[in-house]
Amino acid sequence: MSRTKKLTLKLFRFNAETDYLPYYKTVEMQVSDHELVLDLLNRVKWEHDGSFSYRRSCRHGICGACAIKVNGKSVLACKENALSVSDIFGDELIIEPQSKKRAVKDLIIDKADFWDKHEAVKPWVETEIEEHPKHENKITQEEVNSILDADYCIQCGACHYACPVVELNEDFFGPAAFVSAYRFSADTRDEATIERLESTAEIGQGVWNCVKCFECAEACPKDINPIEKITKLHNMQFEQKVAKSNVATRHAEGFVRSIKKHGLLDEAEIVIYSEGYLGMPKHIPTAIKMLKTGKIHWQDGVPFIDSMPKIKNLDEVQKLIEISQTNKL
Amino acid sequence: MSQLHYALYTGCTAKQSTPELLSSTLAVAEKLGIKITILEEASCCGASHLQDFDEFLAHVLNARNICYAEKLGLTMITICNTCQLNSAMTKHALDSNPELKARVNEKLAEVGLEYKGTSEIKHFLYTLIDEYGLDNIKDKVTVPLSHLNIAPFYGCHNIRPSELHSANKENPYNPTSLDQLIEALEGNPIDYSSKNKCCGFHVELQANRTSELLAGNALVDAIDNNADIVVTPCPLCHLKMDTYQDDMGKVIGRDIELPVLHMPQMIALALGCSEAEIGLKYHISKATHLTKKD
Repeated sequence: MSRTKKLTLKLFRFNAETDYLPYYKTVEMQVSDHELVLDLLNRVKWEHDGSFSYRRSCRHGICGACAIKVNGKSVLACKENALSVSDIFGDELIIEPQSKKRAVKDLIIDKADFWDKHEAVKPWVETEIEEHPKHENKITQEEVNSILDADYCIQCGACHYACPVVELNEDFFGPAAFVSAYRFSADTRDEATIERLESTAEIGQGVWNCVKCFECAEACPKDINPIEKITKLHNMQFEQKVAKSNVATRHAEGFVRSIKKHGLLDEAEIVIYSEGYLGMPKHIPTAIKMLKTGKIHWQDGVPFIDSMPKIKNLDEVQKLIEISQTNKL
Repeated sequence: MSQLHYALYTGCTAKQSTPELLSSTLAVAEKLGIKITILEEASCCGASHLQDFDEFLAHVLNARNICYAEKLGLTMITICNTCQLNSAMTKHALDSNPELKARVNEKLAEVGLEYKGTSEIKHFLYTLIDEYGLDNIKDKVTVPLSHLNIAPFYGCHNIRPSELHSANKENPYNPTSLDQLIEALEGNPIDYSSKNKCCGFHVELQANRTSELLAGNALVDAIDNNADIVVTPCPLCHLKMDTYQDDMGKVIGRDIELPVLHMPQMIALALGCSEAEIGLKYHISKATHLTKKD
């Protein structure tokens, strides 16, 4: 027997041409278990208010037009079952655009920043080809597999507008652009790999500004797992010797140094190693606070010098690092 | 109920900057009658940064840690979200990819170890809820936290990506475990939208402003919803949110002062553990008033 439920939709309304501030309009409706969020949006438009605006096109999860947020969760309206969302959030569904500050008309946003960043990573195979090729440029199945899921990206922007860094740092490329950067850099036909790795290695716009919150992995309606591609870009920067020595790369590499010495991370030493002595003055007030409360230990020795605990069987870890380490800075 | 016994993976911070996390965890386990064996052989999980540098090496080292829990035949419990995520990521990668598992085991064989995949990896929070039971915790409460409005801060790596944490039945968009724990201790959980957001710890060095804004916005949200304290299962969230309140305040333009407790410290308060075990003196945003007895 099919389940039905009365839901309250709180709809974000805003017209950039006439409204000073956005507002919410409430619509109640009986919803059955086969209805998608997009069906509810259509019912609002067709049965309640024809001026309600949103993007929609394919209705099959492939065009990416209908990406919105429901109670803060990034969804493709045409893929998300309405009652499943209410199972998470209760009977009130708050329907909002992907990014409220970019709203143009109701759920329609200006995605210019998304497309600019997408374009900035050269999302195409860069290579010299004959003008009239006689056969396809084939790659192996294994090579296809390594880029296949990244190639499923539909540019819906769900991960981009779920990313907290995109909201705070306007230079940051964002997870979708990184997926494209990975997809084309890992393509064996491509000749712009180094250039892409260099631009995504730059602090400010690049992968080192990722906060590792996994919001993108959760948001992607195509299960692409953008942060996994971000990790691959990090790895490729080291593998292809693109990574320059800076505070972020030394911080990553410093883990190996520290684990080799103690098995554990030396929390104080990694800051000094990453920042270099010239970068340390700004950390002094924090270090003093931490010394005062005992967060940096006095009791086991002199702080920074011999206060580090060591793990048991450290020699195993040292041996494993020696035989397993593949990258160098 | 037969006695619960776990292999504790402490992580690095509990042995250095947050000794209060280790002491309160052990005190809570003792009060609840849970047996703990500390994995003294375990090395750092890589905290996602080693993974950025050398993913294979990170898998080898994490697999080695899990081997020691497997040798004991115990579930490996973690008290840090990031340790939990990185250990679980290695387990997932090895259990689902026989070729990678074989490559990792080839290295481990050099030190006489073998990763089998027989131990579960679970954050202490979820073992308490799923295996010890909130009702049983409730029975042990001697100092109800009814005087405190408590803001749960879940921390990313316990809730996302949800496919790695599916055993916990937690929805990353509306997590409830910490709220339920606070209720079991008779505290008042406060609802605020930042509870499942990022604290910014991992970019503290290279993107300081982003980091301060993320942590500061979350704390301001908690303050505006009348929180007396924040509680988190992750020592990295704790370090970020406790240590840098002055700096966040400067970036945001508002005074921020709010104690940030580790999850086991909150339980220890309610179970009547000693001041030394709870270790509030190690906090930078002062919290010692919470243990003063009238």
